[in-house]
Amino acid sequence: MTLLKKVLGATTALAMTAGAAIAEPALIFDLGGKFDKSFNEMAFTGAQRWAEETGGTFREIELQSEAQREQALRRFAEAGANPIVMAGFAFASALEGVAADYPDTKFTIIDMVVDAPNVRSVVFNEHEGSYLVGMMAAQASKSGTVGFIGGMDIPLIRKFACGYVQGVKAANPNATVIQNMTGTTPAAWNDPVKGSELTKAQISQGADVVYAAAGGTGVGVLQTATDEGILSIGVDSNQNYMHPGKVLTSMMKRVDNAVYDAFTQGDALETGFNVMGLANGGVGYALDDNNAALVSAEMKAAVDAAADQIASGALSVHDYMSDNTCPVE
Amino acid sequence: MQKMPVWADVVLIPLISLILAAILSALVILGIGEDPIAAVKMMVSGSLGSTYGWGYTLYYATNFMFTGLAVAVAFHARMFNIGGEGQAMLGGLGVALVALYIPWPHWTLALIGCTFGAAILGAAWAYIPAVLQAKRGSHIVITTIMFNFIAAALLNYILVNILRPPSSMDPATAAFPASTHLPTLHELLLPLGIKFSKAAPANVTLIVALLAAVFVWVLIWRTKLGYAIRAFGHSESAAKYAGINPVKITVVSMLISGGLAGMMSINTTLGESERLILNSTEGAGFIGIAVALMGRSHPFGVVLASILFGFLYQGGAELALWTSIPRELIVVIQALVILFTGALDNMVRMPLEKIFLALRRKEG
Repeated sequence: MTLLKKVLGATTALAMTAGAAIAEPALIFDLGGKFDKSFNEMAFTGAQRWAEETGGTFREIELQSEAQREQALRRFAEAGANPIVMAGFAFASALEGVAADYPDTKFTIIDMVVDAPNVRSVVFNEHEGSYLVGMMAAQASKSGTVGFIGGMDIPLIRKFACGYVQGVKAANPNATVIQNMTGTTPAAWNDPVKGSELTKAQISQGADVVYAAAGGTGVGVLQTATDEGILSIGVDSNQNYMHPGKVLTSMMKRVDNAVYDAFTQGDALETGFNVMGLANGGVGYALDDNNAALVSAEMKAAVDAAADQIASGALSVHDYMSDNTCPVE
Repeated sequence: MQKMPVWADVVLIPLISLILAAILSALVILGIGEDPIAAVKMMVSGSLGSTYGWGYTLYYATNFMFTGLAVAVAFHARMFNIGGEGQAMLGGLGVALVALYIPWPHWTLALIGCTFGAAILGAAWAYIPAVLQAKRGSHIVITTIMFNFIAAALLNYILVNILRPPSSMDPATAAFPASTHLPTLHELLLPLGIKFSKAAPANVTLIVALLAAVFVWVLIWRTKLGYAIRAFGHSESAAKYAGINPVKITVVSMLISGGLAGMMSINTTLGESERLILNSTEGAGFIGIAVALMGRSHPFGVVLASILFGFLYQGGAELALWTSIPRELIVVIQALVILFTGALDNMVRMPLEKIFLALRRKEG
């Protein structure tokens, strides 16, 4: 061992290569990993788009442990990466400490608010997008019963559910909404089998459209809905392609736009509180060749009208997280 | 008859195992089109080339020292405690309860209090499998690994339903009060005129871990109880004949083992995150098995092996930061080292023993 250490120690002098100044942006993925077909992958897509358009390069890391949250932030900041974008609310406590130590570096945190002069906090109006897909679900449903399957039971997902129910009731006041959460721990984000079971249970209660806001669990929801011949609604990224003709639409949360935007602004990043809603293209519903046949002209007209009203402020959708209650069930 | 000189057993075998693992890892890195020499340089400079790197290496090493010592103590009584993970989780709960609900005036007192909290809950979690083994003969490997899952489920439930602040989305407790925050190596070494990196998480728990190593050495080789544990481990029937109570030794050695595993949480929970998070143990309980195997269940060996694994963890993080080697392959490299040093020990040992025997015969 001691011999080994001497050998290793001798090479250190030669090896101080990493850490040379770079002015690249950096992106930190959460523990879920880069290719989760959902949140993290959307962030990666945005960074990728920036790289292709500008020809620039960016740093990225997939975390392996909790202690690496702060470590990755500090290392990228020390190396001169600017801005540093992190995907996920779990970075908040690490960022609060790091942001003050690197006042010249700009940070962007998605899905959480961190109050510091060099931090841009991006939050999405998921309730607005969910409202739109709720309207579509109610219009597409023949039984008058629609379902919602959430991932982990946290306020953020209740915000999705509450917006969805409001949309359903707006289109059909007599409709019933069945709500289920997959679990109470982070494992609920990646449990397609449980998602499949919940879908079957909701079908047996009469649901013929289900909306999955559950990360990787949603893959099981969409699959089972397709197998059982009912419609489903995807989340975060456009998941219409996963089962063409069977996925009614997807509630798009444009995490990619948030990352792209941060990368494009570079070190001149505008900091502060940044809300991505319907008005600025932060959320929306997906319409492409895969689901064109499912969305009728009147459905589209109704949803687009509601979208315009929400964007202009004429129609306000209740945000669960503003008071931790939902006016409709 | 001694087959090999001691230096071959202690130095040569781990060294050859490491070199074999390094060669295979280099092939893996070559296979995905990266430069293995640059990768090694990056690992070494990133984990040992600065006080910052050392800070992370020692932080991880502190975890592995506790869990490694825990496994080593149980090994001496010929028991295989795979439950370090669960015991450490419960230890974390002990730390959180003590730090949150008792108003500590100073970190020194909080450290002592939390050490007891962690050790007591960790030991309690090891107590049940120990009694089942001693009184009912339920195999300790099966029961301790099952208790890992029970611990994970219990911790989930407590964090999500009881200890989580209502407005928070994270399954974690509230932050501990500032008076319980442990000083990092930076703060400890500053009065001595040594400038240690401010950012690194290594903290005063490292000293606790080293004290624990000394404690285990004294316990195993310098006390009556340690003698009884070793005697029981070598031959249960002989130990019984000598008047050693097998139930007592099984339970006591597992209590010590569980307590040590639980104490790992002082480092992660009180020292680093300063609140209890769901996956604070991150597999350190299992790494402890490899550490104990590589360290030959001797506290000094455990400390050295812990530093090696700390180096692998921190070096792996550096690779993830600065290269495009995906994190799955970094786990593969770490696993290769564990495989060669832990599981494939005999692959190196047997040929070496033959070589040494042949050499001796020639001399004879």
